[in-house]
Amino acid sequence: MKIVVQMTLNGLRIDVDEGMTILEAARFYGMNIPTLCYLEGLSPYGACRLCLVEIGMPGQSKLVTSCTYRVEEGLVVRTDSEWVIKRRKMLIELYLATCPSSKVIQDLASKYHVTTVRFTPWHEDCILCGLCVRMCAEQMQGKAIGFAHRGSNRRVTTPFDKESEVCRLCGGCMYVCPACQSRCQGPQEEQPVCNACLNLQQPCLDYFEDKMCFMDPCVACELDANREVKAKRRP
Amino acid sequence: MSKQLTDVEDVLEGAVKKHGLSVVPLLQEIQEHFRYLPEEVLRMLSRKTGIPLIDIYHAATFYNSLSLTPRARHQISVCAGTTCHIRGGGKLIEEIFQLLGIRPGEITSDGEFMLETVNCLGCCAFAPAMVVDGKYYGNLNPGEVREILNALRKKAVS
Ligand code: SF4
Ligand code: SF4
Ligand code: SF4
Ligand code: FES
Ligand code: FES
Repeated sequence: MKIVVQMTLNGLRIDVDEGMTILEAARFYGMNIPTLCYLEGLSPYGACRLCLVEIGMPGQSKLVTSCTYRVEEGLVVRTDSEWVIKRRKMLIELYLATCPSSKVIQDLASKYHVTTVRFTPWHEDCILCGLCVRMCAEQMQGKAIGFAHRGSNRRVTTPFDKESEVCRLCGGCMYVCPACQSRCQGPQEEQPVCNACLNLQQPCLDYFEDKMCFMDPCVACELDANREVKAKRRP
Repeated sequence: MSKQLTDVEDVLEGAVKKHGLSVVPLLQEIQEHFRYLPEEVLRMLSRKTGIPLIDIYHAATFYNSLSLTPRARHQISVCAGTTCHIRGGGKLIEEIFQLLGIRPGEITSDGEFMLETVNCLGCCAFAPAMVVDGKYYGNLNPGEVREILNALRKKAVS
């Protein structure tokens, strides 16, 4: 028999099956949490930290990775608090600097209104999300690739950096890779952020410290009233 | 099957009997026998145990104590930092070359000694300095280097 727990998600009281992660519960209720190292059907990995959410009552809250954190009775979750969004934008900025040629990361930047990169871009072609490794092992039964070395030398490779004997050339690893798909205008190395499809930044956040709706994309409630509020809070 | 290959089989057989499918102990045992982890032996290990080669490779590259390239029995690191250089570190390296015939980065043909240089061992007060098998020696002159290495050589022979 399934055990159901009650929790609060962005102010909403919801019932979810025990054993679900916060991310699964949020997606089930239509609230989008961005992820880089999570993919349905693969085991969660908790490495990219992009899926951070705030749990607990204000004042005693903390940030956890929603892809690995399981729901529990009475849990209070905010997926888009001011704190979460600030952290999320910082992470996206870091990923932009790591891998500005990735379309997935550029799209995240536009979606979450990250418009500057304060770090010198270092143009990796891999963000070590591990999706390819899990795809190969868990869905393709390949075990052809994996992590090797450690620290700053850690990377995904085949045994001995040689052509793998067990790879079936299924292409699954490339299919899931967030770094493999180039941004639409090509790498444009001198410009680490593209922002060609920039979305509107939620003015509601400045006022309520939480996003007020889950319109995707946000229509930014282009009301003068909000602008005034914003001006008041941030002189 | 050649004699050598049978030996490898024996080593693997013994290692698996002892450690089952625990990758790290298996690799440690293999390294003890070969002084490093030869690629071909790791491939055989994978075929024998069914442990995916990538998992073996992951462990082999992760731990500093495991090496995929041949290692010598004795590791000599001579400091080539500024202080040691000024106070005669180069003479130590020359002495080692006279004695063992190896330059930094090289291994003696018997696999006994490997020489490398490092940039400052962090004990400039005792310059020139070197580390042999983890043991620090300072205020060295070439004669002392000769003594230290000769002592190790004698041990190896006996
Ligand atoms: S192409 Fe090869 S490495 Fe990639 S998922 Fe398929 S089997 Fe694994
Ligand atoms: S190659 Fe791609 S999928 Fe694999 S770890 Fe790197 S970024 Fe992730
Ligand atoms: S549409 Fe309005 S309320 Fe909804 S997130 Fe955007 S600014 Fe906030
Ligand atoms: S998606 Fe949760 S840490 Fe990457
Ligand atoms: S320079 Fe040799 S120990 Fe510092």
